Amino acid sequence: MTRIAIDPVTRIEGHLRIEVEVQNGVVTDAWSSGTMFRGMELILQGRDPRDAWVFAQRACGVCTTVHALASVRAVENALGMKIPNNARLIRNLIAGMQYVQDHVIHFYHLHALDWVDVVSALSADPKKAADLAASISDWPTSSVAAMTAVQQKLKTFVDSGQLGPFANGYWGHKAYKLPPEANLMAVAHYLEALEWQRDVIRVHALLGAKNPHPQTYVVGGMALAIDPNSPTALNARGLSEIASLFAKAKAFVDRVYIPDVLAVASFYKDWAGLGKGIGNYMAYGDFPDTVGGEVDGFYFPRGRIMNRDLSRVEPVDQQLIAETVAHSWYNYSDGDDKLRHPWQGETKPNYKGPKPPFETLEGFDKYSWLKAPRYDDQPMEVGPLARMLVAYGKGHADVKAQVDAVLKTLGVGPEALFSTLGRIAARAVETKLLAGKLAGWLAELEANLGRGDLAVADVSKWDPSSWPQNAQGFGMEEAPRGALAHWVVIKDKKIENYQLVVPSTWNGSPRDSKNRRGAWEEALIGTPIADPNAPVEVLRTIHSFDPCMACAVHVYDPEVGSSVEIRVV
Amino acid sequence: MATVDGSVYHALIARGVSRRSFLKFSAAMAGALMLPAAYGPRIANALSTAKRLPVIWLEGQDCAGNTEAFLRASHPTVAEIILDTLSVDYHETIMAAAGRQAEDARKATMKAFPNGYLVVVEGSIPIAEGGIYCTIGGRTFEDTVKEVCAGAKAVIAVGSCAFDGGLPAAKGGPTGAVGVSQVVPKATVVNMPGCPMNVQNLTAAIVHFLTFGSLPATDSLGRPLFAYGQLIHDQCERRAHFERGEFVTAWGDDASRKGWCLYKMGCKGPETYANCPTARFNDGTSWPVKAGHGCVGCTMPSFWDQMSPFYGRLSTTPGFGSDVTADQVGLGIVATVAGLTALHAGGSYVRHKRDAAAPPPPAEAVEAGTATGGTQA
Repeated sequence: MTRIAIDPVTRIEGHLRIEVEVQNGVVTDAWSSGTMFRGMELILQGRDPRDAWVFAQRACGVCTTVHALASVRAVENALGMKIPNNARLIRNLIAGMQYVQDHVIHFYHLHALDWVDVVSALSADPKKAADLAASISDWPTSSVAAMTAVQQKLKTFVDSGQLGPFANGYWGHKAYKLPPEANLMAVAHYLEALEWQRDVIRVHALLGAKNPHPQTYVVGGMALAIDPNSPTALNARGLSEIASLFAKAKAFVDRVYIPDVLAVASFYKDWAGLGKGIGNYMAYGDFPDTVGGEVDGFYFPRGRIMNRDLSRVEPVDQQLIAETVAHSWYNYSDGDDKLRHPWQGETKPNYKGPKPPFETLEGFDKYSWLKAPRYDDQPMEVGPLARMLVAYGKGHADVKAQVDAVLKTLGVGPEALFSTLGRIAARAVETKLLAGKLAGWLAELEANLGRGDLAVADVSKWDPSSWPQNAQGFGMEEAPRGALAHWVVIKDKKIENYQLVVPSTWNGSPRDSKNRRGAWEEALIGTPIADPNAPVEVLRTIHSFDPCMACAVHVYDPEVGSSVEIRVV
Repeated sequence: MATVDGSVYHALIARGVSRRSFLKFSAAMAGALMLPAAYGPRIANALSTAKRLPVIWLEGQDCAGNTEAFLRASHPTVAEIILDTLSVDYHETIMAAAGRQAEDARKATMKAFPNGYLVVVEGSIPIAEGGIYCTIGGRTFEDTVKEVCAGAKAVIAVGSCAFDGGLPAAKGGPTGAVGVSQVVPKATVVNMPGCPMNVQNLTAAIVHFLTFGSLPATDSLGRPLFAYGQLIHDQCERRAHFERGEFVTAWGDDASRKGWCLYKMGCKGPETYANCPTARFNDGTSWPVKAGHGCVGCTMPSFWDQMSPFYGRLSTTPGFGSDVTADQVGLGIVATVAGLTALHAGGSYVRHKRDAAAPPPPAEAVEAGTATGGTQA
């Protein structure tokens, strides 16, 4: 038996350590450990609730903007504020653009190098690479000249001896299956996506001042002024600039990202049978698509799929969400194995891991800065796959059409969705759907302006003198990485308690009081490991969840003897 | 990217950049650094001969917001290419290698380029309880920062967390978070606070380093003067409205659509040193005041505590000359950090030593009512 520790897990946000036990070339157990803690919840106590979103947004700069939205929703819910229709649309536009940009970055810059061998691209025939690109898309920059230039650029880079971010990758590992030409095409698009993402995200600057960390939210709506006739507000010029950036975003998604995902996936179909995970999926739902913003009108619906049963979509009630710290570096005043709802949540750090420097977490009952959230006492997976499964289970027309098309292209059935590859496919599908929705929301906003509806904020409860002495609320959201919620308790105009339960806490959760693994831990079980010194297979499944550790923090089994070999790789 | 014998210039030419664009870029960088235009050729010359500078980018108690800002570097085409003047050998968020292989890449650079690599630090460093609030590869972040900075040619702290502990150091934070300068007091650290920093300023600082062999001149807090030498208020496009007493008083009111001053909505521009109004973000697209929300003062020391509540109105307003830097205003910032505790009553940001020097604000501003922001228009 071998125990492998991967720390740092890179190409994620934040600090993650994964330890796995390998027997006969297969992962038999796994531990997920968040290794950084900041104390956001403690810092928020005593502050003005209207300031909370500015703080909370800094939970993460990669999933930027999402915590701002969850925070203003929580405070608006607590104080009974209703945002104007224009604010709903502007928030949808910001959130939708975040998905599109973030998912594309995830595929090319955070995940692709688990599947794409950069060094292999050096031996590709540029002509064949261009032919391959042309066979899957009519994207104009995939010419022979372009492929030759990318290869030359790569060659120069490698010849310089300074490999920069590509140094020490698992290049040449036998788990890489793409032909050299597909690798070259992917490297070309890696570089192109880097340029694309910085341009299209200017939508956030136009609507939110800047990215990362937009700064136009306010409790009650948005601070962004809109007026087609004002030189200083968001006017016709700004709106047309946004429209053209949306078109640019959609073109790249439809003609580069989607074809690339399908092409890469076709070489890795075995991963449709790996990384299965817990089998329970939850989505809070989001993108209010009706004027009133009702839950029933969310573009991505709310619900749960239990035990991979797509024929039933169960309801979601925030009251049934609770966290335990049985295996986390915290104390609860009434016992660490208790489940506490976030309104009664506690954040009392209590490190019980090894003294650094250390080689392993083995033998430590508490092993992570992540708490373990549970829904009705059950571990859940959240994220793009959960969203698409819930929508699929509900018969969502757009989702069903896209998911079925992907399954048909890859020649696999719906059961293939419960996998590492399924997560990648689901992320691509929802990116395509949202890239297609943005123009419609923008048109709605423009129609409102045309009617003279310029309202962006409900300020009737802005003044704290209008607030009750005690209030509590929650803000639920679907962030790109999954179900996200903030809970706030307000007392005497100040924050009494604030808790975040975020996607990567659900997915990266350590064991709970019943010793049940979290989603990443469970998904790693059964993963083949060809070379314990180069466990690229572990990265494939972990990255398929798109971990975000800064968000997640607000991975023991004693059946191992002294003969265990520990490798830190 | 560099050729084998490799200068940046040759790499750019190899990538199809014309000499003309290159010289234009060099002139633009001189502008960004607030240098006379004559410096353009000197920058061009330096970049023509520089090798790719190895960079170790460390992330501690961070949100990766500065990394994301870095990825938005966008001076069209050429600013993207300037990244190729660097060899980013260690950066957790983007590097291919993981685990021990990642740490080996960092060690290899430190060994191959003793006192020859640039360190960028993002995020604060928790020093409470032996550093257990942030470990990477089983080591404390504090250990790693000390070791890596000790052999560096230069250190740049990006973002407010690496500057002074930032958000994790705000009131209530239990982790003993501090900035880079507090952990490696002997190192020369250039601080680029902001939440996140403006990547255009980072790019300009690196170009300065490559051109002149040193990091740019700073104020006493280690912030480059070219980027942090002026008050936001003095560069603000809405300043004329302030002078005329024209203020936004509620979100979404008529004044907000007219682009009036956000002082009454809690804008901290009058207290904040940064070039946001001129540099702007995301390829010069916008910045908070332009988009309708006040400045939160994120480039200032302990801003999470000293500048909040963010919608509380500053109690008085400044009247400094536009060429006055933070160091020249009676150490007002240091004084406020040391002296400010009672922030919350009325939400006013109390001014200390600067008051004596500041002329009275416009009548409209003085008669400020509640500091809690707007009422229904």
